[in-house]
Amino acid sequence: MKILVCISKTPDTTAKIAFIEGNTKFDENGVQWIINPYDEWYALVKAIELKEKDPSVIIHLVTVGGADTEPIIRKALALGGDEAIRVNNITNDSLVVAQEIAAIAKEGAYDLIFTGKETIDYNSASVGSMLCALLDQNFISAAVKLDVNGNAITVTREIEGGEETSTSNLPAIISCQKGMAEQRIPNMRGIMAARTKPLKVVEASILNATTTVKSFDLPPAKSGVKLVDPANMDELVRLLKEEAKVI
Amino acid sequence: MVLIYIDQADQEIKKASYEAISYGAALAKQLDTTAEALVLGNVKEDLTTLGKYGASKVHQINNTTLNNFDARVGSTVVAEAAKTLGATVVVFAHNINGRAIAPAVAVKLNAGIVTGACALPKTDAGFVVTKTVFSGKAFASIQIETPVKVISINQNSFGTVLGEGTATVSTLDITVPTSTITISSIDKIQGEVPLTEASLVVSGGRGLKGPENWGILLDLAKALGASTACSRPVSDSDWRPHHEHVGQTGIQIAPNLYIAIGISGAIQHLAGVNRSKTIVVINKDPEAPFFKAADYGVVGDAFEVVPALTAAILKSKGGA
Repeated sequence: MKILVCISKTPDTTAKIAFIEGNTKFDENGVQWIINPYDEWYALVKAIELKEKDPSVIIHLVTVGGADTEPIIRKALALGGDEAIRVNNITNDSLVVAQEIAAIAKEGAYDLIFTGKETIDYNSASVGSMLCALLDQNFISAAVKLDVNGNAITVTREIEGGEETSTSNLPAIISCQKGMAEQRIPNMRGIMAARTKPLKVVEASILNATTTVKSFDLPPAKSGVKLVDPANMDELVRLLKEEAKVI
Repeated sequence: MVLIYIDQADQEIKKASYEAISYGAALAKQLDTTAEALVLGNVKEDLTTLGKYGASKVHQINNTTLNNFDARVGSTVVAEAAKTLGATVVVFAHNINGRAIAPAVAVKLNAGIVTGACALPKTDAGFVVTKTVFSGKAFASIQIETPVKVISINQNSFGTVLGEGTATVSTLDITVPTSTITISSIDKIQGEVPLTEASLVVSGGRGLKGPENWGILLDLAKALGASTACSRPVSDSDWRPHHEHVGQTGIQIAPNLYIAIGISGAIQHLAGVNRSKTIVVINKDPEAPFFKAADYGVVGDAFEVVPALTAAILKSKGGA
């Protein structure tokens, strides 16, 4: 079984969010970059768990981005995964990313493609669904559990107010979230091994974006918290009713 | 024409879809065109009532296969319907199923897409949609460059507008591909409003010291008719079930009112709740970072403040 895990580089969850050049560009100054948590903790680790059960499983990682994504790819390889592919295309258009990955996926004939539920920068949650259309394969989103049994898969996904379990066959595209696997940290042996694992660079082939980011804005600063005397909860109820009008 | 996808589960229309219709209707007005709704499969609701939310027509694809959600089949059918009907914008709710199919529909329509939109597009020069990015910590204005556009809108960001009106309902004949996914079970948490659909949420953190102390929070939620949530340490310690965890890695919510009790307000927690309209923070530590993100704050002992708030709410309801 061959698994392709889609990896994205994102700012650390605690990174300061600021913009430069007239609010048109994310300020990367001092930002720590990480593997998008959904891609790492759930998608990649799930693939590793499947390989631990069945050593014949082959895991490939793919990312679409510039050379500055290589440290996070090496970290992903240190966690597990046999080889990585970087498509040298710097873009923030989900469709460009999905088209580049689809080209890699067609060539590799993967049984499973994993993505994270969304990235924590653009929160677009788009690539998995786009791959579904580009590859004409089943797509199960927001998955919390996956069992593979030969060619059959049983997937549990989140639905509003509960969970839904379904059965289907490989190949499939699955977006992963909390529950799929447990976060782990790379060990020294993995880090050493990652240095020599293949990291292939493929040149960009998709150049036409369908969207353009015009500007960024920060939310208006909260006008400041209004403190209410803990001995006067009638006042809080009044404010919620008459001022905020939420109850 | 603006086409709005109506999401359903158990043959009931999802709450988020009503908001999507209102958004699509406002957009249609802005573009001087009509707003029409697309229903896949069969639903219990009287479809003419979708007119109240702003849809002039409802197109229904009467095929029971579509009562079960399948992203590959659903996206194929929606894209075919959009082509047949000549839609120029397709609107989805940015809920679980909307996220799963809107980008696939965009691919099939050669359309640019913005997911998680939080306002109507600016259409005076181009077509620019504002969406939340960095988990609600910023906004991005994104121009869609293609003739056909796809938008999914964040829940509770536009609001449901209820008016007068009756939609005409017609059947649309679209070939439905065979689904190769078999749903084997659905487990719903009984008797609770799903957190993502709740307009009032009461949430607890480590400050409540243990699961045995949740009674005061549950009493407050009951008095308000609110759903309950918790912070990550609470669900990680199994004080509360995992489906209650809101935050960066849990559920992201945008209720009208979020009351945080004994939650310090780490940035990862805020990422899940910062789109709430009004935030009330109850914490005994005046330095808790959550107060900076709050609209109303109460610096005090939760074990005294929360029962007092519950009593004040019951009193106000009794007097109303």
